[in-house]
Amino acid sequence: MIKSLKARKSELADVGYELKILSEKTPTGFEADAFASKLRASNLYPLKPTHIDTLQINVGKMCNQTCKHCHVDAGPDRKEIMTQETMQHCLDVIKNHSFATIDLTGGAPEMNPNFRWFVEEIRKIDKRVNIIVRCNLTIIVANPSYNDLPDFFRNNNIEVTSSLPYFTAMRTDSQRGEGVFEKSIRALKMLNEVGYGREGSGLILNLVYNPSGAFLPGSQESLQQEFKKKLKEPYHIVFNQLFTITNLPISRFLDYLLASGNFEGYMEKLITSYNPVAAEGVMCRNTISVGWDGALYDCDFNQMLELKVETPGQHISKWNTEPLTHREIQVNQHCFGCTAGAGSSCGGATA
Amino acid sequence: MKTYYNPDDLKKFGNIAEFQKPLADKFFDYYGETFKEGALTAREKSLIALAVAHAIQCPYCIDAYTVDTMEKGCDEQQMMEAVHVAAAIRSGASLVHGVQMMNKFKELSM
Repeated sequence: MIKSLKARKSELADVGYELKILSEKTPTGFEADAFASKLRASNLYPLKPTHIDTLQINVGKMCNQTCKHCHVDAGPDRKEIMTQETMQHCLDVIKNHSFATIDLTGGAPEMNPNFRWFVEEIRKIDKRVNIIVRCNLTIIVANPSYNDLPDFFRNNNIEVTSSLPYFTAMRTDSQRGEGVFEKSIRALKMLNEVGYGREGSGLILNLVYNPSGAFLPGSQESLQQEFKKKLKEPYHIVFNQLFTITNLPISRFLDYLLASGNFEGYMEKLITSYNPVAAEGVMCRNTISVGWDGALYDCDFNQMLELKVETPGQHISKWNTEPLTHREIQVNQHCFGCTAGAGSSCGGATA
Repeated sequence: MKTYYNPDDLKKFGNIAEFQKPLADKFFDYYGETFKEGALTAREKSLIALAVAHAIQCPYCIDAYTVDTMEKGCDEQQMMEAVHVAAAIRSGASLVHGVQMMNKFKELSM
Protein backbone atom coordinates (compact mmCIF):
# COMPACT_ATOMS: atom_id res chain seq x y z
CA MET A 1 0.00 0.00 0.00
CA ILE A 2 1.33 3.46 -0.89
CA LYS A 3 1.93 6.02 1.86
CA SER A 4 0.25 9.40 2.17
CA LEU A 5 2.07 12.43 0.74
CA LYS A 6 2.47 13.61 4.33
CA ALA A 7 4.18 10.38 5.43
CA ARG A 8 6.37 10.50 2.32
CA LYS A 9 7.29 14.10 3.26
CA SER A 10 6.35 15.10 -0.28
CA GLU A 11 6.49 18.79 -1.17
CA LEU A 12 2.85 18.43 -2.20
CA ALA A 13 1.84 17.83 1.43
CA ASP A 14 2.46 21.57 1.81
CA VAL A 15 -0.64 23.46 0.63
CA GLY A 16 1.43 26.56 -0.11
CA TYR A 17 3.40 24.54 -2.64
CA GLU A 18 0.20 23.12 -4.17
CA LEU A 19 -1.30 26.58 -4.61
CA LYS A 20 1.95 27.80 -6.13
CA ILE A 21 1.85 25.03 -8.73
CA LEU A 22 -1.80 25.76 -9.51
CA SER A 23 -1.12 29.43 -10.13
CA GLU A 24 2.35 29.25 -11.67
CA LYS A 25 1.92 26.23 -13.89
CA THR A 26 -1.22 27.44 -15.62
CA PRO A 27 -1.03 26.22 -19.23
CA THR A 28 0.38 28.61 -21.79
CA GLY A 29 -2.21 31.05 -23.08
CA PHE A 30 -4.30 31.15 -19.88
CA GLU A 31 -4.12 33.68 -17.02
CA ALA A 32 -3.02 32.67 -13.51
CA ASP A 33 -6.46 33.75 -12.24
CA ALA A 34 -8.32 32.24 -15.18
CA PHE A 35 -11.08 30.85 -12.98
CA ALA A 36 -11.99 34.22 -11.51
CA SER A 37 -11.97 35.69 -15.04
CA LYS A 38 -14.32 32.99 -16.31
CA LEU A 39 -16.68 33.59 -13.38
CA ARG A 40 -16.57 37.32 -14.08
CA ALA A 41 -17.54 36.69 -17.70
CA SER A 42 -20.45 34.55 -16.44
CA ASN A 43 -21.56 37.33 -14.03
CA LEU A 44 -20.79 35.05 -11.09
CA TYR A 45 -17.82 36.84 -9.57
CA PRO A 46 -17.45 37.17 -6.65
CA LEU A 47 -19.01 33.76 -6.17
CA LYS A 48 -21.73 33.90 -3.51
CA PRO A 49 -23.83 31.24 -1.78
CA THR A 50 -27.46 30.84 -2.83
CA HIS A 51 -28.46 29.38 0.57
CA ILE A 52 -26.95 26.86 3.00
CA ASP A 53 -28.79 23.55 3.12
CA THR A 54 -25.93 21.05 3.32
CA LEU A 55 -23.40 20.54 6.08
CA GLN A 56 -20.55 18.31 4.99
CA ILE A 57 -18.48 17.07 7.90
CA ASN A 58 -15.09 15.50 7.40
CA VAL A 59 -14.64 13.39 10.53
CA GLY A 60 -11.01 12.58 9.82
CA LYS A 61 -8.25 11.72 7.42
CA MET A 62 -7.78 8.19 8.74
CA CYS A 63 -8.59 5.54 6.14
CA ASN A 64 -7.95 1.84 5.50
CA GLN A 65 -7.07 2.66 1.87
CA THR A 66 -4.62 4.98 0.15
CA CYS A 67 -6.20 5.65 -3.24
CA LYS A 68 -3.88 7.20 -5.79
CA HIS A 69 -6.23 10.07 -6.58
CA CYS A 70 -7.30 10.94 -2.99
CA HIS A 71 -7.77 14.69 -2.54
CA VAL A 72 -7.71 14.27 1.25
CA ASP A 73 -4.32 12.51 1.24
CA ALA A 74 -6.03 10.05 3.58
CA GLY A 75 -4.61 6.71 4.67
CA PRO A 76 -3.82 4.43 7.60
CA ASP A 77 -0.88 6.68 8.48
CA ARG A 78 -3.10 9.75 8.99
CA LYS A 79 -4.13 10.23 12.61
CA GLU A 80 -6.12 13.49 12.36
CA ILE A 81 -9.70 12.68 13.40
CA MET A 82 -12.57 14.72 14.80
CA THR A 83 -12.96 14.69 18.59
CA GLN A 84 -16.27 14.13 20.35
CA GLU A 85 -16.13 17.73 21.54
CA THR A 86 -15.99 19.05 17.95
CA MET A 87 -18.80 16.65 17.00
CA GLN A 88 -20.85 18.17 19.82
CA HIS A 89 -20.29 21.63 18.30
CA CYS A 90 -21.58 20.24 14.99
CA LEU A 91 -24.64 18.81 16.76
CA ASP A 92 -25.36 22.20 18.33
CA VAL A 93 -25.34 23.79 14.87
CA ILE A 94 -27.51 21.01 13.42
CA LYS A 95 -30.02 21.62 16.24
CA ASN A 96 -30.28 25.31 15.47
CA HIS A 97 -30.15 25.39 11.68
CA SER A 98 -32.48 23.57 9.36
CA PHE A 99 -30.29 21.49 7.01
CA ALA A 100 -31.64 19.29 4.26
CA THR A 101 -28.50 17.13 4.19
CA ILE A 102 -25.74 16.16 6.59
CA ASP A 103 -22.95 14.64 4.56
CA LEU A 104 -20.36 12.62 6.51
CA THR A 105 -17.03 12.00 4.86
CA GLY A 106 -13.39 11.24 5.62
CA GLY A 107 -10.97 9.25 5.23
CA ALA A 108 -13.15 6.35 6.16
CA PRO A 109 -15.64 8.08 8.49
CA GLU A 110 -16.51 4.78 10.15
CA MET A 111 -12.96 4.56 11.56
CA ASN A 112 -13.58 7.49 13.87
CA PRO A 113 -14.36 5.79 17.24
CA ASN A 114 -17.22 8.24 17.83
CA PHE A 115 -18.75 7.80 14.39
CA ARG A 116 -21.74 5.67 15.45
CA TRP A 117 -22.52 7.89 18.43
CA PHE A 118 -22.37 10.94 16.18
CA VAL A 119 -24.75 9.45 13.58
CA GLU A 120 -27.25 8.42 16.25
CA GLU A 121 -27.17 11.86 17.83
CA ILE A 122 -27.82 13.54 14.46
CA ARG A 123 -30.74 11.20 13.88
CA LYS A 124 -32.12 11.96 17.37
CA ILE A 125 -32.09 15.69 16.58
CA ASP A 126 -33.73 15.35 13.19
CA LYS A 127 -35.72 12.27 12.16
CA ARG A 128 -36.01 13.39 8.55
CA VAL A 129 -32.73 15.05 7.63
CA ASN A 130 -30.92 13.21 4.85
CA ILE A 131 -27.74 11.77 6.38
CA ILE A 132 -25.20 10.66 3.79
CA VAL A 133 -22.24 8.50 4.71
CA ARG A 134 -19.45 8.39 2.13
CA CYS A 135 -18.45 4.78 2.66
CA ASN A 136 -15.44 3.39 0.81
CA LEU A 137 -17.06 -0.10 0.89
CA THR A 138 -13.92 -2.04 1.85
CA ILE A 139 -14.20 -0.81 5.44
CA ILE A 140 -17.32 -3.00 5.79
CA VAL A 141 -15.22 -6.14 5.25
CA ALA A 142 -11.93 -4.81 6.72
CA ASN A 143 -12.52 -6.22 10.18
CA PRO A 144 -15.38 -8.17 11.88
CA SER A 145 -16.23 -5.14 14.03
CA TYR A 146 -17.33 -3.30 10.87
CA ASN A 147 -19.34 -6.19 9.36
CA ASP A 148 -22.60 -4.91 10.87
CA LEU A 149 -22.28 -1.46 9.25
CA PRO A 150 -25.02 -2.22 6.68
CA ASP A 151 -27.45 -2.89 9.57
CA PHE A 152 -26.28 0.23 11.38
CA PHE A 153 -26.80 2.29 8.22
CA ARG A 154 -30.28 0.82 7.70
CA ASN A 155 -31.32 1.32 11.35
CA ASN A 156 -30.40 5.01 11.13
CA ASN A 157 -31.88 5.49 7.66
CA ILE A 158 -28.55 6.55 6.19
CA GLU A 159 -28.01 7.21 2.50
CA VAL A 160 -24.86 5.36 1.49
CA THR A 161 -22.66 6.86 -1.21
CA SER A 162 -19.73 4.73 -2.26
CA SER A 163 -16.85 5.07 -4.65
CA LEU A 164 -16.47 2.44 -7.31
CA PRO A 165 -14.39 3.89 -10.13
CA TYR A 166 -15.05 1.03 -12.51
CA PHE A 167 -16.81 -2.27 -12.93
CA THR A 168 -13.62 -4.26 -13.49
CA ALA A 169 -10.93 -5.24 -11.01
CA MET A 170 -8.02 -4.00 -13.10
CA ARG A 171 -9.09 -0.37 -13.34
CA THR A 172 -10.55 -0.19 -9.81
CA ASP A 173 -7.47 -1.72 -8.20
CA SER A 174 -5.08 0.47 -10.19
CA GLN A 175 -6.66 3.51 -8.52
CA ARG A 176 -7.76 2.23 -5.12
CA GLY A 177 -5.29 -0.56 -4.33
CA GLU A 178 -4.79 -4.29 -4.82
CA GLY A 179 -7.89 -6.37 -4.03
CA VAL A 180 -10.19 -3.36 -3.54
CA PHE A 181 -12.59 -4.38 -6.32
CA GLU A 182 -13.22 -7.86 -4.90
CA LYS A 183 -13.77 -6.46 -1.40
CA SER A 184 -16.04 -3.72 -2.75
CA ILE A 185 -18.19 -6.32 -4.53
CA ARG A 186 -18.50 -8.30 -1.28
CA ALA A 187 -19.49 -5.15 0.62
CA LEU A 188 -22.03 -4.12 -2.05
CA LYS A 189 -23.65 -7.57 -1.76
CA MET A 190 -23.91 -7.11 2.02
CA LEU A 191 -25.56 -3.70 1.51
CA ASN A 192 -27.97 -5.21 -1.03
CA GLU A 193 -28.79 -8.02 1.40
CA VAL A 194 -30.14 -5.60 4.02
CA GLY A 195 -32.15 -3.81 1.32
CA TYR A 196 -29.82 -1.05 0.07
CA GLY A 197 -30.34 -0.19 -3.58
CA ARG A 198 -33.42 -2.42 -3.79
CA GLU A 199 -36.60 -1.02 -5.26
CA GLY A 200 -39.22 -0.16 -2.66
CA SER A 201 -36.84 -0.45 0.31
CA GLY A 202 -36.37 3.30 0.64
CA LEU A 203 -32.70 2.58 1.37
CA ILE A 204 -30.53 4.55 -1.04
CA LEU A 205 -27.20 3.25 -2.30
CA ASN A 206 -25.45 5.54 -4.76
CA LEU A 207 -22.13 4.89 -6.44
CA VAL A 208 -19.47 7.39 -7.38
CA TYR A 209 -17.51 7.07 -10.60
CA ASN A 210 -14.37 9.07 -11.06
CA PRO A 211 -12.01 8.58 -13.99
CA SER A 212 -8.97 6.44 -13.26
CA GLY A 213 -6.58 8.76 -15.06
CA ALA A 214 -6.12 12.16 -16.64
CA PHE A 215 -9.44 12.37 -18.46
CA LEU A 216 -12.93 13.72 -17.76
CA PRO A 217 -15.98 11.65 -16.92
CA GLY A 218 -18.43 11.05 -19.76
CA SER A 219 -22.21 11.30 -19.60
CA GLN A 220 -23.49 10.39 -16.13
CA GLU A 221 -26.61 8.79 -17.55
CA SER A 222 -24.76 6.56 -20.03
CA LEU A 223 -22.18 5.51 -17.46
CA GLN A 224 -24.97 4.72 -15.01
CA GLN A 225 -26.62 2.45 -17.57
CA GLU A 226 -23.33 0.69 -18.22
CA PHE A 227 -22.56 0.26 -14.51
CA LYS A 228 -26.06 -1.10 -13.83
CA LYS A 229 -25.67 -3.65 -16.60
CA LYS A 230 -22.14 -4.74 -15.65
CA LEU A 231 -22.85 -5.01 -11.91
CA LYS A 232 -26.15 -6.86 -12.41
CA GLU A 233 -24.39 -9.51 -14.46
CA PRO A 234 -22.36 -11.32 -13.19
CA TYR A 235 -22.49 -9.91 -9.65
CA HIS A 236 -26.29 -9.48 -9.12
CA ILE A 237 -25.61 -6.08 -7.54
CA VAL A 238 -28.17 -3.26 -7.69
CA PHE A 239 -27.83 0.40 -6.78
CA ASN A 240 -29.79 3.63 -7.19
CA GLN A 241 -27.79 6.32 -8.94
CA LEU A 242 -24.30 6.75 -10.30
CA PHE A 243 -22.62 10.09 -9.67
CA THR A 244 -19.79 11.12 -11.97
CA ILE A 245 -17.12 13.18 -10.26
CA THR A 246 -14.19 14.92 -11.92
CA ASN A 247 -10.81 14.55 -10.24
CA LEU A 248 -9.60 17.92 -9.01
CA PRO A 249 -5.93 18.78 -9.56
CA ILE A 250 -4.94 18.81 -5.89
CA SER A 251 -3.16 16.52 -3.42
CA ARG A 252 -2.48 12.95 -4.61
CA PHE A 253 -4.19 13.46 -7.97
CA LEU A 254 -1.98 16.49 -8.52
CA ASP A 255 0.99 14.30 -7.58
CA TYR A 256 -0.10 11.78 -10.22
CA LEU A 257 -0.61 14.52 -12.85
CA LEU A 258 2.83 15.99 -12.27
CA ALA A 259 4.63 12.62 -12.12
CA SER A 260 2.94 11.36 -15.29
CA GLY A 261 3.50 14.57 -17.26
CA ASN A 262 -0.26 15.10 -17.60
CA PHE A 263 -0.65 18.28 -15.52
CA GLU A 264 -0.63 20.86 -18.28
CA GLY A 265 -2.81 18.86 -20.66
CA TYR A 266 -5.34 18.11 -17.90
CA MET A 267 -5.54 21.74 -16.78
CA GLU A 268 -6.01 22.85 -20.36
CA LYS A 269 -8.82 20.33 -20.77
CA LEU A 270 -10.51 21.57 -17.57
CA ILE A 271 -10.19 25.21 -18.57
CA THR A 272 -11.38 24.78 -22.15
CA SER A 273 -14.31 22.67 -20.92
CA TYR A 274 -15.55 25.46 -18.59
CA ASN A 275 -19.34 25.42 -18.58
CA PRO A 276 -21.14 28.50 -17.18
CA VAL A 277 -24.24 26.43 -16.37
CA ALA A 278 -22.09 24.11 -14.24
CA ALA A 279 -20.50 27.17 -12.61
CA GLU A 280 -23.90 28.41 -11.56
CA GLY A 281 -24.66 25.09 -9.88
CA VAL A 282 -21.39 24.49 -8.00
CA MET A 283 -21.89 22.78 -4.64
CA CYS A 284 -20.02 25.41 -2.60
CA ARG A 285 -23.02 27.70 -3.13
CA ASN A 286 -25.23 25.63 -0.81
CA THR A 287 -22.70 23.77 1.36
CA ILE A 288 -20.44 24.42 4.30
CA SER A 289 -17.63 21.96 4.84
CA VAL A 290 -16.33 21.25 8.34
CA GLY A 291 -12.78 19.98 8.85
CA TRP A 292 -11.71 17.34 11.38
CA ASP A 293 -10.64 20.14 13.74
CA GLY A 294 -13.90 22.07 13.35
CA ALA A 295 -12.61 24.70 10.91
CA LEU A 296 -15.10 25.87 8.25
CA TYR A 297 -14.52 25.82 4.50
CA ASP A 298 -16.44 26.45 1.28
CA CYS A 299 -16.01 22.82 0.18
CA ASP A 300 -14.02 19.66 0.89
CA PHE A 301 -11.42 20.70 -1.74
CA ASN A 302 -10.84 24.15 -0.23
CA GLN A 303 -10.58 22.32 3.10
CA MET A 304 -7.68 20.25 1.80
CA LEU A 305 -6.02 23.44 0.52
CA GLU A 306 -6.65 25.04 3.93
CA LEU A 307 -8.61 27.90 2.36
CA LYS A 308 -11.03 28.72 5.19
CA VAL A 309 -14.34 30.57 4.76
CA GLU A 310 -13.87 34.31 4.56
CA THR A 311 -16.03 35.15 7.58
CA PRO A 312 -15.14 35.96 11.17
CA GLY A 313 -14.80 32.91 13.43
CA GLN A 314 -14.06 30.28 10.80
CA HIS A 315 -14.93 27.52 13.30
CA ILE A 316 -18.01 25.38 13.89
CA SER A 317 -18.13 26.56 17.52
CA LYS A 318 -18.58 30.11 16.21
CA TRP A 319 -21.21 29.31 13.56
CA ASN A 320 -23.14 32.33 12.36
CA THR A 321 -25.52 31.73 9.45
CA GLU A 322 -25.84 35.35 8.38
CA PRO A 323 -22.22 36.13 7.42
CA LEU A 324 -21.77 32.59 6.06
CA THR A 325 -24.70 33.09 3.68
CA HIS A 326 -23.28 36.37 2.43
CA ARG A 327 -19.61 35.45 2.26
CA GLU A 328 -17.42 35.44 -0.83
CA ILE A 329 -16.48 31.89 -1.77
CA GLN A 330 -12.74 31.44 -2.23
CA VAL A 331 -11.84 30.29 -5.72
CA ASN A 332 -8.64 29.19 -7.42
CA GLN A 333 -7.58 27.25 -10.50
CA HIS A 334 -8.57 23.88 -8.97
CA CYS A 335 -12.22 25.05 -9.15
CA PHE A 336 -12.17 24.34 -12.91
CA GLY A 337 -12.62 20.70 -11.84
CA CYS A 338 -16.19 21.46 -10.73
CA THR A 339 -17.16 23.48 -13.81
CA ALA A 340 -15.77 21.34 -16.64
CA GLY A 341 -18.19 19.70 -19.07
CA ALA A 342 -21.32 18.50 -17.31
CA GLY A 343 -19.97 19.85 -14.00
CA SER A 344 -19.00 17.95 -10.90
CA SER A 345 -20.01 17.89 -7.25
CA CYS A 346 -20.30 15.41 -4.40
CA GLY A 347 -23.74 14.68 -5.87
CA GLY A 348 -22.39 14.12 -9.38
CA ALA A 349 -22.93 16.16 -12.56
CA THR A 350 -24.47 19.61 -12.13
CA ALA A 351 -25.32 20.72 -15.67
CA MET B 1 12.22 17.64 -34.44
CA LYS B 2 9.96 18.81 -37.25
CA THR B 3 7.37 16.26 -38.34
CA TYR B 4 4.36 16.34 -40.62
CA TYR B 5 2.09 15.65 -37.64
CA ASN B 6 1.87 17.95 -34.60
CA PRO B 7 -0.38 16.91 -31.64
CA ASP B 8 -1.22 20.58 -31.03
CA ASP B 9 -2.82 20.77 -34.49
CA LEU B 10 -5.67 18.60 -33.24
CA LYS B 11 -6.83 21.48 -31.02
CA LYS B 12 -6.82 23.71 -34.09
CA PHE B 13 -9.19 21.50 -36.07
CA GLY B 14 -11.89 24.19 -35.85
CA ASN B 15 -9.54 26.62 -37.61
CA ILE B 16 -10.28 25.00 -40.98
CA ALA B 17 -13.21 27.44 -41.03
CA GLU B 18 -10.71 30.24 -41.49
CA PHE B 19 -10.24 29.37 -45.17
CA GLN B 20 -13.77 28.18 -45.98
CA LYS B 21 -16.39 28.91 -43.33
CA PRO B 22 -19.71 27.79 -44.89
CA LEU B 23 -18.44 24.30 -45.67
CA ALA B 24 -16.66 24.00 -42.31
CA ASP B 25 -19.87 25.00 -40.52
CA LYS B 26 -21.83 22.41 -42.44
CA PHE B 27 -19.20 19.78 -41.67
CA PHE B 28 -19.04 20.49 -37.91
CA ASP B 29 -22.84 20.58 -37.62
CA TYR B 30 -23.05 17.27 -39.41
CA TYR B 31 -20.20 15.85 -37.31
CA GLY B 32 -21.86 16.91 -34.04
CA GLU B 33 -25.22 15.53 -35.13
CA THR B 34 -23.68 12.23 -36.20
CA PHE B 35 -22.15 11.54 -32.79
CA LYS B 36 -25.28 12.30 -30.75
CA GLU B 37 -27.22 9.53 -29.00
CA GLY B 38 -29.44 7.92 -31.63
CA ALA B 39 -30.35 4.41 -32.67
CA LEU B 40 -26.75 3.75 -31.64
CA THR B 41 -25.51 5.06 -28.29
CA ALA B 42 -22.84 7.78 -28.21
CA ARG B 43 -20.60 5.15 -26.64
CA GLU B 44 -21.09 2.69 -29.52
CA LYS B 45 -20.43 5.45 -32.03
CA SER B 46 -17.24 6.38 -30.23
CA LEU B 47 -15.98 2.78 -30.43
CA ILE B 48 -16.82 2.67 -34.15
CA ALA B 49 -14.89 5.94 -34.59
CA LEU B 50 -11.92 4.45 -32.72
CA ALA B 51 -11.93 1.43 -35.03
CA VAL B 52 -12.23 3.59 -38.16
CA ALA B 53 -9.43 5.84 -36.87
CA HIS B 54 -7.17 2.78 -36.87
CA ALA B 55 -8.38 1.61 -40.27
CA ILE B 56 -7.55 4.98 -41.83
CA GLN B 57 -4.52 5.34 -39.53
CA CYS B 58 -5.25 8.94 -38.61
CA PRO B 59 -3.12 9.89 -35.57
CA TYR B 60 -5.39 12.84 -34.70
CA CYS B 61 -8.46 10.59 -34.69
CA ILE B 62 -6.67 7.89 -32.66
CA ASP B 63 -5.73 10.52 -30.07
CA ALA B 64 -9.22 12.03 -29.96
CA TYR B 65 -11.14 8.74 -29.84
CA THR B 66 -8.87 7.08 -27.30
CA VAL B 67 -9.75 9.94 -24.94
CA ASP B 68 -13.39 9.92 -25.98
CA THR B 69 -13.89 6.17 -25.47
CA MET B 70 -12.13 6.38 -22.09
CA GLU B 71 -14.41 9.24 -21.06
CA LYS B 72 -17.41 7.21 -22.15
CA GLY B 73 -16.37 4.38 -19.82
CA CYS B 74 -14.94 1.89 -22.33
CA ASP B 75 -12.20 -0.32 -20.97
CA GLU B 76 -8.94 -1.34 -22.58
CA GLN B 77 -10.27 -4.74 -23.71
CA GLN B 78 -13.24 -3.18 -25.48
CA MET B 79 -10.99 -0.61 -27.12
CA MET B 80 -8.50 -3.21 -28.34
CA GLU B 81 -11.34 -5.39 -29.62
CA ALA B 82 -12.52 -2.39 -31.66
CA VAL B 83 -9.00 -2.10 -33.13
CA HIS B 84 -9.10 -5.82 -33.96
CA VAL B 85 -12.39 -5.29 -35.78
CA ALA B 86 -10.63 -2.68 -37.93
CA ALA B 87 -7.66 -4.99 -38.44
CA ALA B 88 -9.88 -7.96 -39.28
CA ILE B 89 -11.80 -5.98 -41.90
CA ARG B 90 -8.57 -4.66 -43.39
CA SER B 91 -6.93 -8.08 -43.54
CA GLY B 92 -10.19 -9.65 -44.70
CA ALA B 93 -10.36 -7.10 -47.48
CA SER B 94 -6.94 -8.24 -48.70
CA LEU B 95 -7.66 -11.91 -48.26
CA VAL B 96 -11.05 -11.90 -49.98
CA HIS B 97 -9.20 -10.69 -53.08
CA GLY B 98 -7.40 -14.01 -52.87
CA VAL B 99 -10.52 -15.41 -54.51
CA GLN B 100 -9.91 -13.09 -57.47
CA MET B 101 -6.34 -14.36 -57.65
CA MET B 102 -7.57 -17.95 -57.48
CA ASN B 103 -10.14 -17.28 -60.20
CA LYS B 104 -7.46 -15.87 -62.49
CA PHE B 105 -5.05 -18.66 -61.60
CA LYS B 106 -7.65 -21.29 -62.45
CA GLU B 107 -8.59 -19.49 -65.65
CA LEU B 108 -5.00 -19.59 -66.86
CA SER B 109 -4.19 -23.07 -65.66
CA MET B 110 -4.70 -26.32 -67.58
